Amino acid sequence: MLKFLLSRLLTFVPTFIGVTLISFSFIRLLPGDPIIVMAGERGVSAERYAELQAQFGFDRPLVIQYWDYMTGVLRGDLGTSFVTKKPVFEEFFALFPATLELSICAMIFAVVLGLPAGIIAAINRGKLFDRALMSTALVGYSMPIFWWALLMIIVFSGWLGWTPVSGRISLLFYFDDVTGFMLIDSLLSGQAGAFRSAAVHLILPTIVLGTIPLAVIARQTRSAMLEVLSEDYIRTARAKGLPPNRVTFIHALRNALIPVVTVVGLLVGTLLGGAILTESIFSWPGIGKWMLDSIYRRDYPVVQGGLLLIAVMVMIVNLTVDVLYGLINPKIRKA
Amino acid sequence: MKFSRTITAAMMCATALAGAASAQTLVYCSEGSPEGFDPALYTSGTTFDASEHTIYDKLTLFETGTTNVIPGLAESWEVSEDGTEYTFNLRQGVKFHGNDQFTPSRDFNADDVIFSFMRQGDPENPYNQVSGGTWEYFNGMSMPDLIKEIVKVDDYTVKFVLARPEAPMISNLAMGFASIMSKEYADAMLEAGTPEMLNQAPIGTGPFKFVAYQKDAVVRYMRNDDYWRDPAAIENLVFAITPDASVRYQKLQAGECHVMPYPNPADIQAMKDNPDVNVMEQQGLNVGYLAYNTQLPPFDNPKVRKALNMAIDKQAIIDVVFQGSGEIAKNPIPPTIWSYNDAIEDDAFDPDAAKAALEAEGVSDLSMKVWAMPVQRPYNPNARRMAELIQADFSNIGVDVEIVSYEWGEYLDRSKAVDRDGAVLLGWTGDNGDPDNFLAVLLGCDGVGGSNRAQWCHEPFEKLIQDAKVLPTQEERAKLYEEAQVVFKEQAPWATIAHSVVFMPMRPEVEGYKVHPLGGHIFYGVSLAE
Repeated sequence: MLKFLLSRLLTFVPTFIGVTLISFSFIRLLPGDPIIVMAGERGVSAERYAELQAQFGFDRPLVIQYWDYMTGVLRGDLGTSFVTKKPVFEEFFALFPATLELSICAMIFAVVLGLPAGIIAAINRGKLFDRALMSTALVGYSMPIFWWALLMIIVFSGWLGWTPVSGRISLLFYFDDVTGFMLIDSLLSGQAGAFRSAAVHLILPTIVLGTIPLAVIARQTRSAMLEVLSEDYIRTARAKGLPPNRVTFIHALRNALIPVVTVVGLLVGTLLGGAILTESIFSWPGIGKWMLDSIYRRDYPVVQGGLLLIAVMVMIVNLTVDVLYGLINPKIRKA
Repeated sequence: MKFSRTITAAMMCATALAGAASAQTLVYCSEGSPEGFDPALYTSGTTFDASEHTIYDKLTLFETGTTNVIPGLAESWEVSEDGTEYTFNLRQGVKFHGNDQFTPSRDFNADDVIFSFMRQGDPENPYNQVSGGTWEYFNGMSMPDLIKEIVKVDDYTVKFVLARPEAPMISNLAMGFASIMSKEYADAMLEAGTPEMLNQAPIGTGPFKFVAYQKDAVVRYMRNDDYWRDPAAIENLVFAITPDASVRYQKLQAGECHVMPYPNPADIQAMKDNPDVNVMEQQGLNVGYLAYNTQLPPFDNPKVRKALNMAIDKQAIIDVVFQGSGEIAKNPIPPTIWSYNDAIEDDAFDPDAAKAALEAEGVSDLSMKVWAMPVQRPYNPNARRMAELIQADFSNIGVDVEIVSYEWGEYLDRSKAVDRDGAVLLGWTGDNGDPDNFLAVLLGCDGVGGSNRAQWCHEPFEKLIQDAKVLPTQEERAKLYEEAQVVFKEQAPWATIAHSVVFMPMRPEVEGYKVHPLGGHIFYGVSLAE
């Protein structure tokens, strides 16, 4: 297992360098100069422009700028935002727990509902339940997020008044960040009602963000289960007289899970990359909106640093998925 | 960035116990996160709302709801006869806020004024490079060239010595970049090795004290009970950061916030019909325009420009692009600015006359480019649509229009070029309520190749605005600016398109709110009915 882990870790190095190169060059390839964007309609004189270029280091050759960036990265310094004047590292980790908390909740929601739905649909292939479920999944998959989010807000917050409109917790609660995870911090605060408020605030964003993964997982589980259920060894197990539940959940599901775990891993990576629309609509203070704003403002250090950190997080998720493969399927571990 | 934790936690708990409808806490659903809390470092209105209008004061202040300048931390001032020396008599007994790391030992005085400006203008000042200071407004308002020195006459008297007379100086000093910081706090933070705290944990003399900020979530303030004016009516002020306009409206309806800015134009009628929402409105301090390149033929001919202006159906633009939340602009300054010349008549919308005028000038088969901004601004919520309407209007008089657009930074940069091909859609939002801030910046000869997108340098106009700049009284200046607007209308370097109308939806229990023509959202003077 250790050898397997080490070999996977080694593949991180070229990926890491590749990400730094891509993030560094892509933001610079985009048209638009951060100094001009910063100055806006007011504009900036040629002398002032030259001063600011020198201040931000844009007057030096790109290779030198990249070298400075890389040496900074290796020292753990991702630079300072042009806009907020704060270190990128500090900003990222102030916002990332919110994204992570929402992503985890959305993924739990998607897996807990998607997996059984897919299995039941596969067992009942072609029946009404299967058709209804797969049609719903298709709708869920194709739903425009902003529309879905606003619809949920209008119905559940506006008409029914069951959930708050947006935010992470009622503004009436105020306590120190300990972990950055609102559910945990609200419990630690000891303030009556804080945890409930945090939990209630999570409901709508979780459903909205979890809808597409739920649809994907349900469809993937169904097709994987159908494939496995038609295998010879399942027929043999059934012929041997094993109980149907044992065949389905022990013999079939374990094998069907491998592609599902792959999909879940990819989906987690996508969610960590920033659920931009969900975060924007629900005023969720995560990294998605932060990155988007930074791209608009050509805030090079934030785009470079943010992309790099997200890439590292995705690499960690992929490694975890690889390890899970190994646990599910020993053949992969030995490969 | 959490200060006064114990007090604030107690305060918030008390508020929680009192219930969400507490009369003491006003929640403002703001549109975005402030970039920081030092207004001199930034240029966005969102940041100014969260800093200069809550935490800080300036030597002079804009009276809320008007562009009139009133005394602030300066009780009074005298201007020398030659207009180059401004002597300010400072208010005594003004207290700075405190926080966990700093308790002020003295009241506000002249040292704070000098520090607040020198940190921006003096490269040797230890705060000049802190937080990557670029001091955009200080530089943009030409302060480095303008201010020769700031002299401390005594503890409560400071003298600004200028390099030239500058009539808008008093208005300039009411702008966000001129917010007065505590030198004592700055020194303490420098000594502690954390000078960036000036920006992150702000200390001012304003009506509200900063309590805490969570990026993209919330900014909290509490009332400054030692404020030099009457303390604010609301005890706690909360900015609930809510970027989506539809969600802000839902929160307003649900009672989760009391005031929201920037509604969707499409929602405004529903808001007006909603008994739980009051909608205040005021003309915005801005102008949206189409700037011809007056240095290239045939647009170097004012008659051609006038003819094109007559072809534009501005009412259709107001209806379609602004969806009613705008009004036709006839002058290059908005009606809320003093010296606005209401006697001027706008060019009549008359395509036949426009066509005849073009023919009379020998212009036929004209084709041109119209530049459409890629971003939304209050003065132009949908430039692409506006360009399409202008394209259709011009095609009615036989002018073929190609619409072009670039990424915003590129757009701003390329549109400055003196040899730029085409007419540019752009606009301006005023900074200080002074006509000079529109006319000189956007149409003065110094702006050619820069902020003067019409590349228009017209000597009679230039003389009027330069003369107005050095006259001592507003009345004398207003006369010249009124004349300048007449010249502008005759010469037509732009087609003036629209001024936006600013709408502020709020809960019915909000009392005393005034829509500020300079665009800020100000909660001093606001109260909540029981």
